Amino acid sequence: MKHARIAWSGAVQQAIESEGQLRITQGPHKGHLVSFDDVVWLPPLPPVAQARTVIALGLNYADHAKELEFKAPEEPLAFMKGEAAFIGHKALTKRPAEVKYMHYECELAVVIGRTARHVKKADAYDYVGGYTVANDYAIRDYLENWYRPNLRVKNRDTCTPLGPWLVDAADVTHPMALRLQTTVNGKVTQSGTTADMIFDVPTLIEYFSSFMTLQPGDVILTGTPDGIVDCQPGDVIVTEIEGIGQLTNTITL
Amino acid sequence: MQIIRTLQHPWQPQGTVYGTLLNFQREWDLWAPRMHDAPHKAPPNQPVLYVKSANTFNPAGHDLVLQDGVTEVDVGASLGLVMGDDAQVQAGALMLDWSVPHTSYFRPPIKFRCRDGYLGLPHALTPFQSSWDQLNMEVLCNGVLVQRVALSTLKRAIPQLLSDVSDFMTLQAGDVLMVGTDCLEGGLRPRARAGDTVEIRAAGLESVVQKVTAGSAA
Repeated sequence: MKHARIAWSGAVQQAIESEGQLRITQGPHKGHLVSFDDVVWLPPLPPVAQARTVIALGLNYADHAKELEFKAPEEPLAFMKGEAAFIGHKALTKRPAEVKYMHYECELAVVIGRTARHVKKADAYDYVGGYTVANDYAIRDYLENWYRPNLRVKNRDTCTPLGPWLVDAADVTHPMALRLQTTVNGKVTQSGTTADMIFDVPTLIEYFSSFMTLQPGDVILTGTPDGIVDCQPGDVIVTEIEGIGQLTNTITL
Repeated sequence: MQIIRTLQHPWQPQGTVYGTLLNFQREWDLWAPRMHDAPHKAPPNQPVLYVKSANTFNPAGHDLVLQDGVTEVDVGASLGLVMGDDAQVQAGALMLDWSVPHTSYFRPPIKFRCRDGYLGLPHALTPFQSSWDQLNMEVLCNGVLVQRVALSTLKRAIPQLLSDVSDFMTLQAGDVLMVGTDCLEGGLRPRARAGDTVEIRAAGLESVVQKVTAGSAA
C-alpha cells in the first residue's frame, strides 16, 4: 500500500493511493476520494513521540564517490539531519541568491518499522517499515571541512523534499534493484540503480544498530548515484525511484 | 530556583538537539595553527554543528551505561538553549554531552556522539536568562573539581550563535541548541570510566549528575 499525509479540508489527513486518487483513511472524511492536485502533500511520515532520527549517507554509490574525487569509504560516511529539514511533494525549495552550485540528490529513504538494536544483516529487512523518495539537496558553496558535510550544506530549511508516498516494505520485493532517475525540466540528468550502493540497506541497519537504537519512524537516506547538476530558480526537479514514487520539487529564490 | 514545568518529568527534549563544535576560544586557539592543514584546508567560517539524536537522551536519575566495547568517554559540559515557538530561546538546561574520544573533526561524528544515553539531562528547565553569556560551570568527577567552564570565553556568544545558525535553519519550538563544550588546557576533555560519577553545576541552574557504569559485554 502507498500511504500519504496530506493537508485537505483544513486539517492533516492520512490517505492511501487508490486508482489514481487519494482515499482518506481516518476521521470524518474516511473513504472520501480527493485528487492529487487538490491537496497539500506533507512528508509521508507518521508523527513520533521524540525527535525523529534522520541519518543520511554520503558517497554511498561507487560512481558518485568517483565523481566527487573520493575513494570509496571503508565504513559508511553518515551525517544527521533535523526533521525540520523535510518538506513534502510539490513544494518549493529556496536557493540563496549568491550561490553557484546547488544540486539535487535522488535517494531511497528507508523508514524504520521496529525498534532496532544489534540487528544482524540477515534479519535487517524485518526492521524496515517502508520506503519513500528523498531529494537531499546540497549547496556546495557552503562546504567546510569540519564534520563534513556540514549542516549548513545539508540541513537547510526546505532542502530535503520527501515523498510523495510511504510504500509498505512488503510491497517492495527487491529494494536493492530499483532504478533511480532525476529529471530537470523534463530532461533526464541522473540515472542509476540501488544495486550500486556501496553499503546496502541491510548493511546500513546492521552498522547503525551496532552502536545506537533506531526507533519506528526513524529514517535513513541511503545516498545518491552519479549525475548531479546545478539547479536554478524555476527549475522543476523530479526525483523518481521505481515502484516507490515520483517526487516533484521546484527551486525558487 | 525557578523551574519550568514540562509535560514530561524528568524533562526530555521535545525537538532536535544540536551541539556546537569549536565554540570555546581555548580549543579554537589550540587548533588554529593546524586549521589550514589537510584535510581541513581552512578554518570554519560558520558554526560547526552536530545532532544529538533521541537515542542519546538520558533523563535525570539514569546511568550512562558504556556498551559495545567503549571503556572511556569524554565529558562535555554544555548549556542547552531550549527554543520557544517564536524562534526565541525560552529556557535552558545544563547538559552532559558525552562522546567517545576522537581527535579528527573532519567527518561527522555519529558513532562518537550518538550512542545510546550520551546526553545527560536535568529533571527540569530554567527560564532563559540573558546573563548566561557570563555563566560559569563547574565539572566534578567523584566530587573533585576537574574543570571550570566560562561562557564568557565562547567564540560565538549566545546571540551570535543563534543568529548564525538561524541564518540557514529555523530552530523549531522544543529544539535545543547547545553552546559547545570546552577542553582542558592541553586540548583534551575530562574523561570518565565505569564507576565514576560526573556532575555539572552552575549558579541558578539545576545540576546534572550521572554515574558511568559498565554494560554487559555484547
